[in-house]
Amino acid sequence: MKYEGNVIKYGDNVDTDVIIPARYLNTFDEKELAKHCMEDIDKTFVTRVKPGDIIVGGFNFGCGSSREHAPIAIKASGISCVIAKSFARIFYRNAINIGLPIVECPECVDDAEEGDKIGIDLDNGVIINYNKRKSYTIHPFPEFIQGIIKAGGLMKYIRQ
Amino acid sequence: MAMTMTQKILAKGSGNKEVKPGQLIKAKVDMVLGNDITAPVAISEFEKAGLTKVFDRKKIALVPDHFTPNKDIKSAEQVKIMREFARKMGIEHYFEIGRVGIEHALLPEQGLVVAGDIVIGADSHTCTYGALGAFSTGVGSTDMAAAMATGEVWLKVPEAIKFNLIGKPSEWVSGKDIILHIIGMIGVDGALYKSMEFSGEGLEFLSMDDRFAMANMAIEAGAKNGIFEVDSETLKYIAEHSERDYEVFTADSDAEYVREYTIDLSKVQLTVSFPHLPENTKTISEVGDIPIDQVVIGSCTNGRMEDMRMAAKILAGKKVHPDVRCIIIPATQEIWKQCMNEGLFEVFIDSGCVVSTPTCGPCLGGHMGILAEGERAVSTTNRNFVGRMGHVRSEVYLAGPAVAAASAVTGRISSPEEVIG
Repeated sequence: MKYEGNVIKYGDNVDTDVIIPARYLNTFDEKELAKHCMEDIDKTFVTRVKPGDIIVGGFNFGCGSSREHAPIAIKASGISCVIAKSFARIFYRNAINIGLPIVECPECVDDAEEGDKIGIDLDNGVIINYNKRKSYTIHPFPEFIQGIIKAGGLMKYIRQ
Repeated sequence: MAMTMTQKILAKGSGNKEVKPGQLIKAKVDMVLGNDITAPVAISEFEKAGLTKVFDRKKIALVPDHFTPNKDIKSAEQVKIMREFARKMGIEHYFEIGRVGIEHALLPEQGLVVAGDIVIGADSHTCTYGALGAFSTGVGSTDMAAAMATGEVWLKVPEAIKFNLIGKPSEWVSGKDIILHIIGMIGVDGALYKSMEFSGEGLEFLSMDDRFAMANMAIEAGAKNGIFEVDSETLKYIAEHSERDYEVFTADSDAEYVREYTIDLSKVQLTVSFPHLPENTKTISEVGDIPIDQVVIGSCTNGRMEDMRMAAKILAGKKVHPDVRCIIIPATQEIWKQCMNEGLFEVFIDSGCVVSTPTCGPCLGGHMGILAEGERAVSTTNRNFVGRMGHVRSEVYLAGPAVAAASAVTGRISSPEEVIG
């Protein structure tokens, strides 16, 4: 699994209320949700995000509510992967369960700047920041979680 | 091997003699919960996977509480998905309007959760049931869908942080102040992925309503679960509310904790969390002059009977400040009825408050009290993120019921002592 895109950068504690505000949770249509992704902290996100782009966040990314609409909105807006210093645990589960790739890499987050081009190779556990000419090693997911990812999400995994 | 309360419950649920922190397990669940935001997504996933049967129709609770009574056509459609699924699958615990209450007040009250249970809910505040000595944690909709089908959930056994509670809280200080104080101390990711275990001699001074409020906000410190040692108070509550068998798990005296804190409850002050994170706490004496526009007393954190009584004690014979709207939301129909029987509604209405039917409503900026640009609210709810209760440039200050009620009277964030001499 390889991804490549430009960085859209945020700070610490990006919560699920700003990823997708509750006023839009009266639907779970992913295209509808994507229209409002990040609206409350970054009104320009929906207009500048391009397919493949990578969100880079600080500590505790995705804290707050359990709404799966948050990773769904991020994925539906074309984001290929989220890199953060750490993830809130329900967001972490939800992202894996719906097949949104996420990576914890504090060093990469510190170096990355808005617009940097980043490549991620999950199979070999490497991130490359082309602008900074730096590479980073990432820890592989536990085998059980890799199984869920390879199956294409939790529902497909349990059917196996 | 010595184990914490959480490890013991997870060992039992996964059929292991012991489990270690970091271990990935599959555990059997005693209750799976979803609401009108999360359950429709889970039902859609369930049906997309071609599944036709739930694992146990008595162990699933569907609680349409967030936008109830349905605020618009789209939310009515979401509840319709839940209602039809509940009928089709024969799910016993579907709560229609007239019976519905805020899920985390409702499930314990209805006796659906007891000590020793493993509960997952597609709602982050599912951790509330730790007050009963259960392992309970929030998950997403896909986890809920999988658990509805298999009766199992995958979990990583968490490390634990121990909170040794000592001393007796002073008047007006409630469980909410204690948990806000703790979150202020350890931060919004201070317990990330971990279990928060509460025990100690100070427990005897904490009512079940205090403990529910504390366990409820474990997620606001990033925790996987919050759990209280079971004592006579817990057992009394379970006996009054449930006919189910329960099991009490006690941490071994040499169980391992990554950190231990001693909290002297007698020193905890009335506490307020400033925008826009629950960790931005100040004691009431540090608050300063903050005029407000709205007060909300309710939610899965503080919509219980003791919260209502505390608010009424402060509002009795007083008037809500002319510039303030005070919205009171008893969390369940039972609490609503009890408020009525105790004459609390007369107090609330005479003082100029409005009383709503049970709903999560304003807590998440859903309906029943949305803030305009620049407005400030003191709220007994659990989150004060940007835009949480309305406009992106509105502000939410989190507090317990005593500070909320007092602030409604004075029109700025206040201590109850300012209102009651």
